[in-house]
Amino acid sequence: MEKRVTFKGWLLPLVLLTPQLLITAVFFFYPAGQAVWQSLFIPDPFGLKSQFVGLGNFEFLLNDPYYRASFATTAVFSISVTLVSMGVALFLALLADRLIKGSGAYRTLLIWPYAVAPAVAGVLWMFMFNNRVGVVAWYLGVLGYDWNHVLNGREAMGLVVVASSWGRISYNFLFFLAGLQAIPKSVIEAAAIDGARFWTRFRTIVWPLLSPTTFFLMVVNIVYAFFETFGVIHTITAGGPQQSTTILVYKVYADGFVGQDLGSSAAQSVILLIVVGLLTVVQFRFVERRVHY
Amino acid sequence: MATIRLDNVKKSFGKTQVIHGVSIDIADGEFIVIVGPSGCGKSTLLRMVAGLETITDGTVEIDGARVNDDEPMDRDIAMVFQNYALYPHMSVFGNMAYGLKIARTPKAEIKARVQAAAKTLQLEAYLDRKPRELSGGQRQRVAMGRAIVRKPKAFLFDEPLSNLDAKLRVQMRLEIHALQRELGITALYVTHDQIEAMTMADRMIVMRDGVAEQIGAPLEVYENPDNRFVAEFIGSPATNFLAPALVPEAPAGTAWIGIRPEHVKLAEAEGASLTGKVLHIEALGAETLVHVVLADGTHATVRQEGHLPKPAEGARVGLAWHLAEVMFFDTQERRLR
Ligand SMILES: Nc1ncnc2c1ncn2[C@@H]1O[C@H](COP(=O)(O)OP(=O)(O)OP(=O)(O)O)[C@@H](O)[C@H]1O
Ligand SMILES: [Mg+2]
Repeated sequence: MEKRVTFKGWLLPLVLLTPQLLITAVFFFYPAGQAVWQSLFIPDPFGLKSQFVGLGNFEFLLNDPYYRASFATTAVFSISVTLVSMGVALFLALLADRLIKGSGAYRTLLIWPYAVAPAVAGVLWMFMFNNRVGVVAWYLGVLGYDWNHVLNGREAMGLVVVASSWGRISYNFLFFLAGLQAIPKSVIEAAAIDGARFWTRFRTIVWPLLSPTTFFLMVVNIVYAFFETFGVIHTITAGGPQQSTTILVYKVYADGFVGQDLGSSAAQSVILLIVVGLLTVVQFRFVERRVHY
Repeated sequence: MATIRLDNVKKSFGKTQVIHGVSIDIADGEFIVIVGPSGCGKSTLLRMVAGLETITDGTVEIDGARVNDDEPMDRDIAMVFQNYALYPHMSVFGNMAYGLKIARTPKAEIKARVQAAAKTLQLEAYLDRKPRELSGGQRQRVAMGRAIVRKPKAFLFDEPLSNLDAKLRVQMRLEIHALQRELGITALYVTHDQIEAMTMADRMIVMRDGVAEQIGAPLEVYENPDNRFVAEFIGSPATNFLAPALVPEAPAGTAWIGIRPEHVKLAEAEGASLTGKVLHIEALGAETLVHVVLADGTHATVRQEGHLPKPAEGARVGLAWHLAEVMFFDTQERRLR
């Protein structure tokens, strides 16, 4: 039975909740409301007056091929980041789980990338792959591959995916490792005695028992890929070449602050909000059902 | 069904050696109980037979084939863990069928075998439940079921009953024993409960600090312990150990004499060669335990039938015994015969 703390009356709970509610109101509901409001207008370039257009901004966006392309880009990008960062993290966690000696040092080292700010990480990766001065690009050149993510959209996408995933691996690793270590050792041993080799054990025991962790990380990573990768993309590709790495959140910035189309930008953030909301609902409704707790 | 042979099996974790060379030949269908105090290496020994721990030195053979380097899945054994180690995300059926599925047994046969095991273990009504929806005793049965459906060469049990209450423990003890007899599958059973050891074993291994102090049939070990440790560990209440001077006939080199509580009789203090003061009395109904402190401060226990007259606490009593029932031990705690 879960124990709940019960309060008598309503004054104390209200006092305790107020800071949280205030913060949510000031930093979420107010700006979100503003965005919804602004999405209904087209302001003039100087911001002096704006014209009410109703759903015009949305209508324009949904018919805009660039905006539609950005949807596809976002899907490719966030799925890739989620798969790469979770896949690598799971692999490392499986290795670390079997490690007995030196696991503390190994874990600490693996956590470091998490402390690197996304923009800094972006700059690091950009330099490594820079066509003229980058170490990796140079070695690729030696191997006969001419790497230039400034011109090649696919390479640019690959690079931002890798750079965004990199900082994320530590975080995922920690959760996966904790998840793996929460599986009783005797259950794994029982499976081994029942005849299951490593991969069978992984498929039939470890993976299902890890699914709450995996599900949680999936939600968190998709949201991360949607929003928090801005710094990486901004420093490495600035959305280019030819918008090939312009994910939705980057387009909000590019159209709003660079293109000064504030109405469209606001409409885009509203769409983004709805998309993420829907995604989370879908994940909880459909994926969670297959999760064994 | 198989024979198991341990030949001078040793185990070290890093620099600390925890098993110091255990050897035993186990016959097909035999029920062997490994008993000993906590930390003496019972689980480690069992896990080496299972393949869950590497064997530092010596040989383990199953059916005459050396299995030292075989993985657990290649040894065709089944194990029941103390915490049952059921697969929490699978139903009772899934738990029992797991090993068979991996062995690619045909579906119909899996179903038949699981049903049969469920029937034996009275689990038919629970096949669709998850382990967390079962009681401790039912989980224990599922763990048993998982072991028996595979028809392995041997059963390994690591204190399978220690999480059950006293009554259920007695019931499951009988069931496991009956099941093993019926299936005729060789079993190695770890426990620190000497009643389990005495009642289930064909032969038992009494272990202390990684050494097999004695191997033999329960009554043989009880009646004829090889050393002081075995005499003390097997039997409850424990054997009385007294100063050798109390028995003039003690052979040379005797450091302790041992007498089981049921072999000591209370006598009149007048004229008795050994007297003591009654400390307290435990009347258990069928039997009475009389705790006596001797003149030199040693405590001794007398076990007598419940209907015999009980002395008063604090009374002086005499103690008597038959010489034939006295055991003698040397300074190394070895039995002198
Ligand atoms: N993985 C390990 N690393 C180091 N020492 C270990 C390890 N496993 C067991 N030991 C040591 O080996 C000795 C025997 O342990 P084991 O678990 O076999 O005892 P046991 O007889 O089963 O005890 P219990 O009745 O408490 O289960 C103990 O002293 C224990 O500390
Ligand atoms: Mg143990």
